[in-house]
Amino acid sequence: MNVRLGERSGDTSPARSGGEKVRIEGLGKSFGAGSRRTTALQDFSLTIDDGEFICIVGPSGCGKTTALRIVAGLEQPTVGSVRVVPSSDQVGRPLNAMVFQEHGLFPWLTVIDNVAFGLEVRGLSRRERHRQVEPFLKTIGLLKFRDHYPGQLSGGMRQRVSLARALVTDPEVLLMDEPFAALDAQNRILMQDELLRLWEDARKTVVFITHSIDEAIALSDRIVVMSANPGRIKEVIPVPFARPRSVAELRADVRFGELSLHIWRSLKDEVQTARQTEGIGMP
Amino acid sequence: MRLAKTAQERLLTILTPVAVLALWQILSQLGVISARYVPSPAQIFQTGWQLILTGELLIDVAASLYRLAIGFALGAIPGILIGMVMGLNRFVRAMLDPLIAAIYPVPKIALLPLLMLFFGIGDGSKIAVVAVAVFFLVAINTTVGVMGIDRVYLDVARNFATPWPKLFRRVILPGALPTIFAGLRISLGVAFIVLVSAEFVASRAGIGFLIWTSWQTLVIDNMFVGIIAITVLGLLASFVLKELERHLIPWRSDDR
Repeated sequence: MNVRLGERSGDTSPARSGGEKVRIEGLGKSFGAGSRRTTALQDFSLTIDDGEFICIVGPSGCGKTTALRIVAGLEQPTVGSVRVVPSSDQVGRPLNAMVFQEHGLFPWLTVIDNVAFGLEVRGLSRRERHRQVEPFLKTIGLLKFRDHYPGQLSGGMRQRVSLARALVTDPEVLLMDEPFAALDAQNRILMQDELLRLWEDARKTVVFITHSIDEAIALSDRIVVMSANPGRIKEVIPVPFARPRSVAELRADVRFGELSLHIWRSLKDEVQTARQTEGIGMP
Repeated sequence: MRLAKTAQERLLTILTPVAVLALWQILSQLGVISARYVPSPAQIFQTGWQLILTGELLIDVAASLYRLAIGFALGAIPGILIGMVMGLNRFVRAMLDPLIAAIYPVPKIALLPLLMLFFGIGDGSKIAVVAVAVFFLVAINTTVGVMGIDRVYLDVARNFATPWPKLFRRVILPGALPTIFAGLRISLGVAFIVLVSAEFVASRAGIGFLIWTSWQTLVIDNMFVGIIAITVLGLLASFVLKELERHLIPWRSDDR
């Protein structure tokens, strides 16, 4: 089967707000052949509504990054399909934009050129690019750093620039691959709040990968828990908290602790299984 | 503050050689260094000044500089282009790698007689030997530079569906530039070594010629003028390259 990224087929009407945005069906990915064949991802199916915030958590090697990369079009699945439903307004926005882990910014481009990269690729004039980018730089509080290089910024500032670079292109779906993993705990909470604030405004459909259970609960509408060997979905947990949320206040809620414990138990089995499998594999 | 710091650094790079010269002069005047074998800096500068006035030095410097500049360009430009193609295309890499691996370790001066056979005993063979020496170093460094570009930058570019020309200009070229410049810097030094060696054995002009004939006629002062001239030329050339690097790779010089 092929991936049909954003194919505008006649039988599906464009999504309204709250309608279906992403349909992932039976995604699988294997590497190698014969006895050395390993399955990174198996039978990954998920339907995401327009404007929904999804977090994927799971042990290392559970295929969550592989799944995200397939949705981003950076890798081809062995089986299965991904379909992103384009918006009805016909502005031809990109189907997705990805925020990478810590080193995703081009070190040789200034902040403003990094943020404007997606627009530059689309052939917008320098003037038009700056006109569109500057409000974003203002929102993330980095307007006065517009001519700095990423090497001159702190980790938190860099990830805000990464986020702005993805949002500027106004993608149908925002994909985030552990974007805050390299930040310290305080900066992380600040960035989570900032992301939520931006998200409240734009209401993008988001798929966010994280190692942190707390982060997943604080940010998402639904949490996808994955298991390893082979990587597949173990359970999908709805997050009941009302929005807008404050990450720090949320942590004081009793239900936050209960949910966190539930996910932790679910993951603990997985981590232990993964360890045992690794143990057996050793000589 | 950053400006003051670079100014400080530049001052230091001038100060150190001046201090060495001063020490040398003092030791010469005290008789610690024998004037028969090593003339004092003042003596060398006097001789040098005379060679400048008669125009002799200028002829030699011009001859060397000409060969160096042309040879460096003829080696570096194809080196960057072929290195780029090798870095980007693994079939080209598989084709050219064995050739380069075989020729690279050969001391390039060993090819001089062969090159003289092709290009004659004039400027042609000296330019060619410099070009050959520069080419391999630059080609290898460019290949490594292109191949070493972090995969995440290519992923970002692909995620934005970056078309090929833009990908090259905005991602691959700047990504490889620091390593390319490292190759240029190394090959500049090698170019000087190869050029002076070539001028020793087969030439009618050039700084290498000046040094070698001074040695044969035991005009030690002139020999030292030649050595100083090549040193100054080397410093100037690496200064030009450094300024070029500062200008072309601003993101590197700024975050130090």
